[in-house]
Amino acid sequence: MDIVVCIKQVPDTSEVSIDPETNTLVREGVPSIINPYDENAIEVGLQLKEEHGGTVTALSMGPPQAEEALRQALAMGCDEAILISDRAFAGSDTLATSYVLAEAIRKVDSYDLIICGKQAFDGDTAQVGPGIAEQLGIPQATYAVDVKVDENRIAVKRLLAGSFETIEMKLPALITADKHMNVPRHAGLRGVMAARKKEIPTWTLEDIEADPEKCGLSGSPTTVVEIFPPQRSHKTERLEGEAQQVARQLVEKLREAQLL
Amino acid sequence: MNIYIDAEKCTGCQLCVKACPYSAIQMAEGLATITEACTLCGGCVSVCPVDAIIWEAPAVEEVDTSDYQGVWVIGEVGEDGLAGVTWELLGKGRELAEDLNTELSLVVLGDEAGELAQKAAQSGPDRVFYAEDPALACYRTGTYTDVISGLINKHKPEIVLFGATEQGRDLAPRIAVRIKTGLTADCTGLEIDPEERLLVQTRPAFGGNIMARIITRNHRPQMATVRPRVMQRLQSQPEHGAEIVEVPVSFNETSIMTRIIDIAHDEAAGQVNLQDAEIIVSGGRGLKKPENFAIIRELADALGAVVGASRPTVDDGWIAPYHQVGQTGSTVQPRLYIACGISGAVQHLAGMSGADCIVAINSDPAAPIFEVAHYGIVGDVFEVVPALTEIVREELGSG
Ligand SMILES: Cc1cc2nc3c(=O)[nH]c(=O)nc-3n(C[C@H](O)[C@H](O)[C@H](O)COP(=O)(O)OP(=O)(O)OC[C@H]3O[C@@H](n4cnc5c(N)ncnc54)[C@H](O)[C@@H]3O)c2cc1C
Ligand SMILES: Cc1cc2nc3c(=O)[nH]c(=O)nc-3n(C[C@H](O)[C@H](O)[C@H](O)COP(=O)(O)OP(=O)(O)OC[C@H]3O[C@@H](n4cnc5c(N)ncnc54)[C@H](O)[C@@H]3O)c2cc1C
Ligand code: SF4
Ligand code: SF4
Repeated sequence: MDIVVCIKQVPDTSEVSIDPETNTLVREGVPSIINPYDENAIEVGLQLKEEHGGTVTALSMGPPQAEEALRQALAMGCDEAILISDRAFAGSDTLATSYVLAEAIRKVDSYDLIICGKQAFDGDTAQVGPGIAEQLGIPQATYAVDVKVDENRIAVKRLLAGSFETIEMKLPALITADKHMNVPRHAGLRGVMAARKKEIPTWTLEDIEADPEKCGLSGSPTTVVEIFPPQRSHKTERLEGEAQQVARQLVEKLREAQLL
Repeated sequence: MNIYIDAEKCTGCQLCVKACPYSAIQMAEGLATITEACTLCGGCVSVCPVDAIIWEAPAVEEVDTSDYQGVWVIGEVGEDGLAGVTWELLGKGRELAEDLNTELSLVVLGDEAGELAQKAAQSGPDRVFYAEDPALACYRTGTYTDVISGLINKHKPEIVLFGATEQGRDLAPRIAVRIKTGLTADCTGLEIDPEERLLVQTRPAFGGNIMARIITRNHRPQMATVRPRVMQRLQSQPEHGAEIVEVPVSFNETSIMTRIIDIAHDEAAGQVNLQDAEIIVSGGRGLKKPENFAIIRELADALGAVVGASRPTVDDGWIAPYHQVGQTGSTVQPRLYIACGISGAVQHLAGMSGADCIVAINSDPAAPIFEVAHYGIVGDVFEVVPALTEIVREELGSG
């Protein structure tokens, strides 16, 4: 079976903060990483390939340096990696992003399954996976923690609040991978060496024959008009003393606040 | 390029270089230049002290949006009747509808949607659309997308709200793509800009490290998923009868793309419902050993709470994975969150900083968790937690 995995390069959010004076992101040397859920997506793709044969192709839409993320995907064991990059794509919201990725996927030789991460660490919307599925008119299963493929059908176990739901879909289909799905493998030295030699083609707007009106800012209905740091509206009240004493104080406070 | 730096104005102060999360600004000959890496996120624009960063918004073509009227809430069905989040959306929806001087409608789908519609009609919305069919008994992406997209295309609401729940986040992006409009994810604030009659949507991004305000200027409807437990529920208005509209539907089971094979409430596999929990007691590495999670469980039992955990305790197998709270675990919004022996790393905070009240118990007075806590106890978890359990048992008479 032929699998396409969509991966996004993201700034490591643990090192992003807001400058309280200027209300802007402070980055200073924030490293770029593969979106962590996308590593789970790659892993499940590779496992399915090991079981059923076929190929795993990694796609990423982004600026030229997103190639690093694709190189890492190759090192983990993906067969091909394609960078979807064009100035015309910059500023894409999730509608435009899913359009571009879907157009690129149409250009890939063949696909039975598309795997995305549950959500991206920076934009955090979880909208691109379902968006691609709708663009391509195929079924989807979000929050996947387990998959079983049988001929042209896939059974997906989904992690929901307090329950698991298992659904069956016809291939081709799209799933979004939860972290609980697997533990992504580390790229071995051989993989890293082999990945270094591989060519990563760049597909532009023209290559994927996309409509420029549907890409980038012009294809994006949403506009970010302002960013600001999260407000903290409360002060911390410190409770001090012996364990018994503070515990009693706390219970009283929580009762007063009607939290217990 | 839609963003560039005015070389005449730039003083070379480098503030923008630090502000860009994508390392897209470089200094060349003392001036800032924006490179290909730019994603047009806008993060740098306001930091420049001399307004040298020019952001050219795409030409605004005037779109006639006046055909679109009304605020819609897409209902979700819970165990008994409409889910809590639906009442919250109706509460917010009512406010928005008043500000816009328009009507509030609710959409319910299900195998017994008619009955739910009757009940809901007594308590707030001006109109209830319902579609009833056995094929709609359980939420499925395809069927729900078909019915709701059809309704939106036909009736043209100006605003459509979904819960940012598993269902809403699965469904809304499909509908947005089908009807080709914008969708803002996981909103924590919604208000109307009266001059432009626009919905201003506020949401956290970058794991909760920043907030963004987002608008959908030229497309209708303006759609958003809204985080549960943030908005005030609609107070029921019994005298207010709504118009009830049945939506005719028919399905051919063989043409539906998915089939639900199984739904398991799998407590044995360690599955827990953190998302809907009112109270969560979480343990971290400060517990030192896996067996010490027992003190967390005891407190949780006494409080009728659900047990949460930080990631290292999960990674080290101290507790089942589904207990994890944080950026790569569950995002939770309880009324009360008690963090025991958790340092408060940003990835943990990303999952729980939305709690109404946070209590931190940590031996390190400088632990970052105290910065978000409402009540902070500097102390040893092995003393404070059992003491709390005891007092809670005494006071609440449980356990
Ligand atoms: C602060 C901020 C807030 C934003 N809010 C919104 C909003 O509310 N609504 C909106 O429509 N847009 C929003 N955007 C724009 C949005 O971040 C971009 O469209 C982004 O390209 C995709 O969204 P995401 O990061 O949320 O991805 P998600 O939808 O969370 O990503 C899910 C999965 O899709 C795949 N994927 C996503 N992007 C790519 C890619 N470029 N290449 C390959 N695979 C990919 C990956 O598998 C990923 O795991 C926002 C941007 C910013 C900076
Ligand atoms: C990509 C990525 C994703 C991540 N996602 C998540 C996530 O989803 N959730 C998550 O939680 N983490 C996540 N992390 C990990 C995160 O960065 C932190 O490492 C983690 O949250 C720390 O867990 P902790 O607070 O239990 O442990 P520590 O940071 O080790 O803190 C232990 C705390 O216990 C206190 N302590 C020790 N002894 C006692 C005592 N006797 N009494 C009281 N207090 C005591 C210490 O003072 C300390 O503050 C992620 C990291 C990365 C890189
Ligand atoms: S718009 Fe965003 S990505 Fe582009 S230079 Fe400014 S901060 Fe960097
Ligand atoms: S912040 Fe403004 S003045 Fe400072 S380097 Fe950037 S563009 Fe130049």
